[in-house]
Amino acid sequence: MTTKFTPDHEYIRVEGDIGTVGITNYAQEQLGDIVFVELPAVGKVLKKGDEAAVVESVKAASEIYAPVTGEVVEVNSLLTNSLGTLNTAAEGEGWMFKIKLTNSAEVETLLDADGYADLTL
Amino acid sequence: MSASDADQNLLTVPLNDQHVAAGGRMVPFSGYSLPVQYPTGIMAEHKWTREHAGLFDVSHMGPCFLTLNSSSGDPDTDYTDIAAIIEPLVCGDILNLKPGQIRYTLFLNENGGVLDDLMVGRSPLHPGALYIVVNAGIKEADFARLRAAAGDRASLQRADNNVLLALQGPQAANVLSALVPGITDLSFMTYGTFPWGDEDLIISRCGYTGEDGFEILCSPQHAPPLWETLLADERVKPIGLGARDSLRLEAGLPLYGHDLDETVSPIEADLGFAVSKRRRDAADFPGAARILAERDGKLSRKRVALVVEGAPAREGAEILDADGKAIGVVTSGGFAPTLGKAIALGFVPPEHAAIGNKLQVSVRGRLQPAEAVAAPFVPHNYFRKPA
Repeated sequence: MTTKFTPDHEYIRVEGDIGTVGITNYAQEQLGDIVFVELPAVGKVLKKGDEAAVVESVKAASEIYAPVTGEVVEVNSLLTNSLGTLNTAAEGEGWMFKIKLTNSAEVETLLDADGYADLTL
Repeated sequence: MSASDADQNLLTVPLNDQHVAAGGRMVPFSGYSLPVQYPTGIMAEHKWTREHAGLFDVSHMGPCFLTLNSSSGDPDTDYTDIAAIIEPLVCGDILNLKPGQIRYTLFLNENGGVLDDLMVGRSPLHPGALYIVVNAGIKEADFARLRAAAGDRASLQRADNNVLLALQGPQAANVLSALVPGITDLSFMTYGTFPWGDEDLIISRCGYTGEDGFEILCSPQHAPPLWETLLADERVKPIGLGARDSLRLEAGLPLYGHDLDETVSPIEADLGFAVSKRRRDAADFPGAARILAERDGKLSRKRVALVVEGAPAREGAEILDADGKAIGVVTSGGFAPTLGKAIALGFVPPEHAAIGNKLQVSVRGRLQPAEAVAAPFVPHNYFRKPA
């Protein structure tokens, strides 16, 4: 299992050919209280960089981009009833969707934890 | 998630160090660096203000004084003279303000469009002086407009290098009266001068959150101890601009540059109350022909308050009728923490603005149900003294 990050503050936790995607803890802190989330439809095929989801704080909407290319295979139904999880456990239970990778080489182009940490200093 | 960094030459407010020390997240706003929120976040700050007392630094705004250059010796004449300078610019009855009374009014252009909304107060002490507060983003234009109208009859003293604090919420009066005993004499939309230590504070009972509260004008050197003293009260927390905006939206109050601009008339903006009867009868304000015709029903759009199902409909979102026909646009919208749902203000043809009308909003291309409701979304809690 490996966890990678985008400069746009998404993370992807890859196990086999399935990646679990969400926003980083840094991102949720920046957004503040999240009041709405729009998740992708299961079955949707996303290219790396496509808009995949939207999270809204009191103040603003922020797009979440697909960190890799693939098909959405699951969304986190917990978030529907418990949006606060995005604020309290962004990188854990507050994951947003799972994507089946079509090009695992893309993962290597993303930031590792140290690279991402440098970005958010 | 996308992020953007602003690198501008921002002005800092006198309490900048206090905001940073309190954990304020500083953002660019109207040319100033100001806290959008503190560590507890917008939702908690919003609710705290509705239940206790929130302390806001609104020093970016434009307080000023307009004072006659020479007194006639007669207080009534002096007040008539100073009111006559500002009345041609606005639609409110300034002439008949009582000493210490404040009125919300509008600078209008020749077409009846709103140039800014502002507060005008008649000085309780100096018959030839007005206390005026204009909006931050366009204060230079407002000050220039006031100077031009004054000519050599009156002088404008800017006070926007001072600190303007707003203490808002149901506990605000209890908190402030412990420091400044006289403030319980103030009713909603009145102001006065109150000693605090060796300084005279100008305190008005008004605000833009829908709650009872006060705005306090204070010198930069006295502001830090005042800020600290107010925050030492456990009923008071510092509140950022984020919650200020969600509070005013719930209160159904329009925001200049969003719900109000040079094309919007007071009638369209549902601010008909700001066009005072005496001025209507005289039809002596800018754009009177349009505004009076609109008041008689000849208007093409009207401000509507919407409760939105689903994602918040933000500024710029299209408003559609029940059949899907585009009829207007959202001018400010977001999430209402008190209600736990999305709300918005926007403009639609008047026949669609009736309370209970079923409309739709387009959010990221998806249509969501919306209903026209009565504003304010959350009832106002202003303090009016019994007659």
